[in-house]
Amino acid sequence: MLKNLCQRMFGRSLWVYHANSGGCNGCDIEVLNALTPYYDAERFGIKLVGSPRHADVMLCQGPAMRSTAQAVKRAYDAMPAPKLVFAIGSCACGGGVWFDSYSVIGPIEKIIPVSYYIPGCPPRPEAIIYGVAVALGIADKKVAPVEFKELELPIPRYHPDELRGKGELVIYAKTEKL
Amino acid sequence: MSLLSKLEEAALCLKAGKVTLPYPADPQPAPEQFRGRPIFDGSKCIGCAGCANNCPAREILIYDVSQEIRILQYLGRRCTYCGRCAEVCPEKAITMSRDFESATNRIGDLAQRLELFMSTCQRCGRCFKPTSTLEELKMKGYRFDDLQNERGIFRSQSHLEGNAVVDDVEIELD
Repeated sequence: MLKNLCQRMFGRSLWVYHANSGGCNGCDIEVLNALTPYYDAERFGIKLVGSPRHADVMLCQGPAMRSTAQAVKRAYDAMPAPKLVFAIGSCACGGGVWFDSYSVIGPIEKIIPVSYYIPGCPPRPEAIIYGVAVALGIADKKVAPVEFKELELPIPRYHPDELRGKGELVIYAKTEKL
Repeated sequence: MSLLSKLEEAALCLKAGKVTLPYPADPQPAPEQFRGRPIFDGSKCIGCAGCANNCPAREILIYDVSQEIRILQYLGRRCTYCGRCAEVCPEKAITMSRDFESATNRIGDLAQRLELFMSTCQRCGRCFKPTSTLEELKMKGYRFDDLQNERGIFRSQSHLEGNAVVDDVEIELD
């Protein structure tokens, strides 16, 4: 459903609204860098607009903070219905380094639902364009959860009840793998 | 006059060429100094938890689920790619990759989880990673003399009695 939505929106081009809810301006500079002619996000029809009422996509930077939570929520509610939210930077994705500070609520998804996450502190302009490309279906996402397991516990486990003596030696009658 | 200036401008544009990076079609690798997301190598990790102690964002969690298994979990949500975990790692099990294309629609995709097998200290009962050859053998099932659990070393007596067949010990170890 989201993919169909994205493809439909790509036909019309994305208009992005740039919301900073208390970040350090690093991600803002990278987003504006992605709109310069060198990276040229307008190839994908991305246009920066000044009002959330004109926007399809909200680019969130900065963590959810107590002082700006209401404003971000209102800006999200003001956007027209098929809407996406991009969390850009590690503050918006997970709360940032000061996630346990008194003024920080946490990641931006505690206030508004997030569709795509672009981690990085700050993410490169290429990473932002890549995130947009993933949302539009141009590129495939490359990350997946990694799990490392050592195959099986190699120590056989002996039960003391199963011991039987034979002369001076103790013999384990039954061994069992853990 | 104005037409001439327009033509001059067009000529200048032709001379300058194309400056836009053809990014998603033709990706270029990041520069050498770039720190992307950290990659955890489970075969090298000794479970010392130095990375978890040094992470400024508290993104690396270490906990013991049982006596023998220690779990290292890297969540990656608020990681700032500062590289301090890779700096303190004594075994160089963490490397900062140059991978920056980690945009995703599920935040759980960034997680990495290692299940490390740890030996148990006979005296204090805490986990440690075996380092010596004896400890490596212990992991494979070799048991040395353990008086507390009434285990003896299994020695063949065939060379004393002259018997070629060893039938006094019937244990299975694999």
